[in-house]
Amino acid sequence: MTDLPRTPPRYSATFTPAVNAEIRRAAASGIYDIRGGGTKRHLPHFDDLLFLGASMSRYPLEGYREKCATDVWLGTRHAKKPIHLDIPVTIAGMSFGALSGPAKEALGRGATEAGTSTTTGDGGMTEEERGHSKTLVYQYLPSRYGMNPDDLRRADAIEVVVGQGAKPGGGGMLLGQKIWDRVAEMRNLPKGIDQRSACRHPDWTGPDDLEIKILELREITDWEKPIYVKVGGARPYYDTALSVKAGADVVVLDGMQGGTAATQDVFIEHVGMPILACIPQAVKALQDLGMHRKVQLIVSGGIRSGADVAKAMALGADAVAIGTAALIALGDNDPRWEEDYQKLGTTADAYDDWHEGRDPAGITTQDPELSARFDPILGGRRLKNYLKVMTLEAQTIARACGKNHLHNLEPEDLVALTIEAAAMAGVPLAGTNWIPGRTGGF
Amino acid sequence: MQTFDLETEGLRALNSQLHALKGQTNLTAWEIVNPKGAHAIAVGLDAPIDVTVRGSTGYYCAGMNKQATVRVAGSAGPGVAENMMSGTVIVDGDASQYAGATGRGGLLVIKGNASSRCGISMKGISIVVHGNIGHMSAFMAQSGNLVVLGNAGEALGDSLYEARIFVRGSVKSLGADCIEKEMRPEHYELLEDLLKRGEADAKAKPEEFRRYGSARKLYNFNIDNASSY
Ligand SMILES: Cc1cc2nc3c(=O)[nH]c(=O)nc-3n(C[C@H](O)[C@H](O)[C@H](O)COP(=O)(O)O)c2cc1C
Repeated sequence: MTDLPRTPPRYSATFTPAVNAEIRRAAASGIYDIRGGGTKRHLPHFDDLLFLGASMSRYPLEGYREKCATDVWLGTRHAKKPIHLDIPVTIAGMSFGALSGPAKEALGRGATEAGTSTTTGDGGMTEEERGHSKTLVYQYLPSRYGMNPDDLRRADAIEVVVGQGAKPGGGGMLLGQKIWDRVAEMRNLPKGIDQRSACRHPDWTGPDDLEIKILELREITDWEKPIYVKVGGARPYYDTALSVKAGADVVVLDGMQGGTAATQDVFIEHVGMPILACIPQAVKALQDLGMHRKVQLIVSGGIRSGADVAKAMALGADAVAIGTAALIALGDNDPRWEEDYQKLGTTADAYDDWHEGRDPAGITTQDPELSARFDPILGGRRLKNYLKVMTLEAQTIARACGKNHLHNLEPEDLVALTIEAAAMAGVPLAGTNWIPGRTGGF
Repeated sequence: MQTFDLETEGLRALNSQLHALKGQTNLTAWEIVNPKGAHAIAVGLDAPIDVTVRGSTGYYCAGMNKQATVRVAGSAGPGVAENMMSGTVIVDGDASQYAGATGRGGLLVIKGNASSRCGISMKGISIVVHGNIGHMSAFMAQSGNLVVLGNAGEALGDSLYEARIFVRGSVKSLGADCIEKEMRPEHYELLEDLLKRGEADAKAKPEEFRRYGSARKLYNFNIDNASSY
């Protein structure tokens, strides 16, 4: 017999080793995969956009001489005390329970030093965060864990959470491992049980009810606080329009890349739209209502750098929010803990089992030993540095585009690298004047 | 007695005057006339005062109440006494959906019937309903007491945590993980007190009630229970 070459082993593009591993995991465990973090698959994103910069017909601003302002007002529509931030990068709501007390403290420290706000989350307001965050947004969630009128009045703004980008239409989950005494007490639940957060608010449904709920919140707080409404990236045009109709001062729009503390993987990867596709629709809704810049738009979901900030703002956002990036700045997923990640069967930069409460970096845990690894003062300083760098980066781009305020960035400053991104963001494909679905021709 | 005409003076004036009352105020008795179903009447109170609303209210009357006693001499719209912290709210007539939702403390008394989702997600409040309650009441209720002199609608106590439910009449159906439980001496004692404070002791006796609570089977996820969710 001659030695004929054999067909080499070929992996299926449909049944990849990762897919098969998940089938085996499901078959063995009988439970869906729950994890933290955001979408891991490739999605059209800000990386698919580029700025054009100045040229013959556009004049740049001098980097070291000419001012490029970065401040933002939030809540100017109805609130007696709108919020003024030095930079347009805010810290997104992340629950105490998901995060440790010291991690909350670090977020407050870093944000305050950088001149921006932090946001509470499911589970209520902690002293760590109120004490260290100059501007604190208080989330009003379906679970109402820890919700009380005193904290409502101690907050600087109120964010009614309708949805989250990682799971539009889904509730929350905090598994038993993380329900330590203090978390249980704040949430009024027995220790060690799996705690489910409802997906709908208990006392209102739909935009007409929400309008009345917002009236109640304003009356309780004597119309002082800006009221934000947070929605996941599902139907951004209508969700934004209906939030405005319900009386929102600020709309917070979270795309599908947005992180979560614990959600089913199937939900994270398959429900919702990328933030790139969401922003233009939300801006259009605001423009159609004559409310762009009157009701402010904060966007989030996979924001990592000053370039992302500038691109989101060029598309019409007033500010952005970061969750995952802030945790990484604090030290989450850091290679210095590699040995511990290996013990958990994972590796730095891929660790996402935040719900298990065994975070080697001591950030997404309630375990006193692990959370003692985390230094909130150092963490705060790192977050401040990172926020400052993002701001400098965004300013660098804005000056190159000839803008003396980040808010003056505009879609005309952008082109897209892919047809998908061009269609979603509503900017031309690079080298053409083609916006798929809107303008024709090269 | 301070009389406040809601129709002429407006909601903002009402709530800001009531919020201005701190600690030992002498203006302890208030009467609100012409409520005409307005929303958010007497919300966010935090003083030991007595407020009577002469007529029916819209959404969220006495929402997030602390310390105050609020009486609605009429019926109440959705979310009456939602997230109440302490104090007492009494509705002489009927209450719409989500009465006492997420309430953390204090006592809510409904002399008539309460609609669906009464006591939803309650977290420590006591609710006494003289009449019947609608479907999905005490959904995900965490703690506190719900006492019903009449009947309960479908799916009572669905996904219940540690709240206690007492029903004198019939229960159309129990929700997931909600079961009937034995009445022990401490429950009779508790009921006696709640019936008295709920102005219902002349109508019903503790022995006439059955108790419902959590089977605690859904407390930690198990795939074999998936069909109960
Ligand atoms: C650990 C963690 C906990 C979170 N908890 C909440 C929460 O309690 N409420 C909420 O509305 N969003 C929550 N989120 C979502 C964030 O508010 C935000 O929408 C998201 O993180 C933004 O996307 P990014 O992570 O890509 O920056 C959480 C996110 C993370 C990473």
